[in-house]
Amino acid sequence: MVASSGFLLNAAIMVLYTALLGLAWNILAGFGGQFSFGHAVFFGTGAYAAAVLQAKLGWNAWATLPAALLLGAAVGAFIGALSFRYGLRGSYFALVTLAFAEVFRILANNVDFTGAGVGIMVKLKAGPENFQFATKTGYLYVILAFVLAGLVVGWWLKNSRYGAWLQAVRDNEDSAAALGVNVFRVKLGAIALSGALMALGGVFYAQYFQYIDPGLAYGPGVSIEALLAPIVGGLGTLWGPVLGAVLLQLLGEGTRGLFENAPGVSLMLYGALLVLMITFMPSGVLGLLRRKA
Amino acid sequence: MILEAEKLSVRFGGLAAVDDVSLALPRGKIVALIGPNGAGKTTVFNLISGFVRPDHGRVRLEGRDITGIPPHEACRLGMARTFQIVQPFGAQTVRENIAVGAHLRHPSRASALGAAEAVAARVGLAVQLDKLAANLTIAGRKRLELARALATEPRLLLLDEVLAGLNPREIDEVLPVIRGIRDGGISVLMVEHVLRAVMNLSDEAWVLSNGRLIAHGTPREVTSDPAVVEAYLGHGTAARMRAAYA
Amino acid sequence: MFELSILWPSLLNGLTTGAVYALIALGLTLIYGVLHIINFAHGAALMMALYGVYYLQRSLGLDPYVSIVVMVPAMFAAGYLAYRYVIGVASHGRDENILLVTLGLAIVLENLALFLFKSDTRTIDTAYTFTTVPIGPAMIALPKIVAFFGAGATAGVLLTIMRTTDLGRAIRACAKERQGARLVGIDVEHVFAMSFGIGLACLGAAACFLLPAYYVNPTVGNGFVLIAFTIVVLGGMGSFAGALVGGLLIGVVESVGSLWLGESLGQIGIFLIFIAVLLFRPQGLFGARA
Repeated sequence: MVASSGFLLNAAIMVLYTALLGLAWNILAGFGGQFSFGHAVFFGTGAYAAAVLQAKLGWNAWATLPAALLLGAAVGAFIGALSFRYGLRGSYFALVTLAFAEVFRILANNVDFTGAGVGIMVKLKAGPENFQFATKTGYLYVILAFVLAGLVVGWWLKNSRYGAWLQAVRDNEDSAAALGVNVFRVKLGAIALSGALMALGGVFYAQYFQYIDPGLAYGPGVSIEALLAPIVGGLGTLWGPVLGAVLLQLLGEGTRGLFENAPGVSLMLYGALLVLMITFMPSGVLGLLRRKA
Repeated sequence: MILEAEKLSVRFGGLAAVDDVSLALPRGKIVALIGPNGAGKTTVFNLISGFVRPDHGRVRLEGRDITGIPPHEACRLGMARTFQIVQPFGAQTVRENIAVGAHLRHPSRASALGAAEAVAARVGLAVQLDKLAANLTIAGRKRLELARALATEPRLLLLDEVLAGLNPREIDEVLPVIRGIRDGGISVLMVEHVLRAVMNLSDEAWVLSNGRLIAHGTPREVTSDPAVVEAYLGHGTAARMRAAYA
Repeated sequence: MFELSILWPSLLNGLTTGAVYALIALGLTLIYGVLHIINFAHGAALMMALYGVYYLQRSLGLDPYVSIVVMVPAMFAAGYLAYRYVIGVASHGRDENILLVTLGLAIVLENLALFLFKSDTRTIDTAYTFTTVPIGPAMIALPKIVAFFGAGATAGVLLTIMRTTDLGRAIRACAKERQGARLVGIDVEHVFAMSFGIGLACLGAAACFLLPAYYVNPTVGNGFVLIAFTIVVLGGMGSFAGALVGGLLIGVVESVGSLWLGESLGQIGIFLIFIAVLLFRPQGLFGARA
């Protein structure tokens, strides 16, 4: 039923895609308490890993997955090691992530390896063995699998020692340190994990849209997309990013009809929604539901 | 001796916050660190537990030099501390709070949660295990602070004004808990202003004033010491204490 | 290394751009110094101001330099209202919340502009747009020279206000000690709103100086946001001297950087400086240690 309706299928894929980005951002921000405004830096790394490895080195698309995960984690570890070693928190951390994303964007824009400003096209090589599907259904299953992986990570964070330590660091670093938590290592782990999952989103993007360029990869659009869903749905919760993604999609579809596809309208509403959520529902929809329960 | 501090000193800006402080804590006892506000007691704690690096001096825990090691390492080695201004993990339940401490020795989530329940029972928080830490009273939060530190299974516990902000009845309820901790084999160093607790609980006391140690001995000796009376107690209090504990 | 004839114009252009950057950064550092808010909407607000200057010229024929008398009060009012009724309300005091609220506002403004004005890049034509003035061996565009002195004058006015008026004193009091200011009867929320208004008023002036030598489109703010942050962090959060020195410095770095690395790669120098300052000297050149 779902598969036959092209519109619903596309919407479902987009919801899951947004949820994946949100799940990744939620690891560092919701569970770890570090708000990144430049998460695109990990997304773009994954997307370019997929595109470049295929286009320039002839790799199989699926093989780029582990490479992207590793690179995403490595970039995370790099940024985290620098930032956390020097004690960057709060606004300063958000700013530094923004700066890194911009640095990567400029580099990607000027280096032949990444196709410079022109970007890279992922060549059409139809077939599931190439991570390209004739119908969208194939993509749906893949993104669903990725989201499930993200949810498993979330579940693990809620039920493991590492997750308990991470949330303790989020809530009070000094207390956590006094209880034996290695704050630096815990934060480092979180940003690496978050980066890896975000890179996965980048790979999916590259395969689904078969094209990547510096603006799409490292621009503020992706960074903002990643944080909206968890904030709307509920930071630091398991299902928050997914719920948020669904609500955002509904809002987007709802307003599309009203304003006849005028540019910028849905984003404007998302921005307004962000302001409203922070003002009235900082713990997101799930936070509100929980309080009523 | 479970802990030895040798000539600890640290300056903040131009001010010598702690100056040439040496003390030794015998195993299995409750030792009090008292003195007027601003004397540097919390700074001594910070120096011992790794939150502040001393400019001079050494700290030895069970013979092992731990000077300048990070706080989480000190905790792993068996020294836990509480904070004067309690800092619970507000959005988490009492059980989850204590479990963070328990996880130091219990890798599995289930066993950490179980250990947390046991510790909560020891300090009298069993009824409030599922309450959000942010919803506890100050007395509850102080107990939570104590419980979290206990959950790390320390051999030495540093209590920073754990009785501050409690009314007399609440204090009476906590004293046996601290005694119980000592009886269980954990050494305790407590910064305290509530002199009733110092007299009742501690085996020894050190007095800190303006960053320097000015007296050491049993609580009785220390509270009759003229230097301590001048710097901290005042003659009225000293007289009252002599009468009460003669 | 470089011939003076190439370096000199680059330096001068960098200084003129830097002066405008400094004015933009002044507003941002004021807002941070007083409210401890990192205003992510600063770039978007500048963009709206640029559109304001643009349409004032298009529909009313107002010369951009004359529009200052309109733009500054208008931006001040916008800032005051935005703080009083949106940001101040949403803040709840938490650092991350304010970040996200100003980010949300930036998104709203940028896409509102996209919706209203479409994505085309626009420039204005004035009698003097193409006039150049020789300074030594260099030919510098007149609008840039006006921008340099105009930004300097505006900064001077701002600093005078801060030093000599009651409002300036109240602002400095609130910046230093919020509770204390409340206790002596200062209406802190009002002062905060005034400060935010002044911060945005700086953008109004900056837009008037900027547009004749530049352009406007809905995303132009993004480019300025990071540069403004870099200057504020480099100069020291809350330091006026820092914003001025930092602005000129960054302007020159950008200009000389693009000489050496090319236009788009040249900007990287700025962000690398930014990261380095955040990591190794977060209090900046003139700021106090946190």
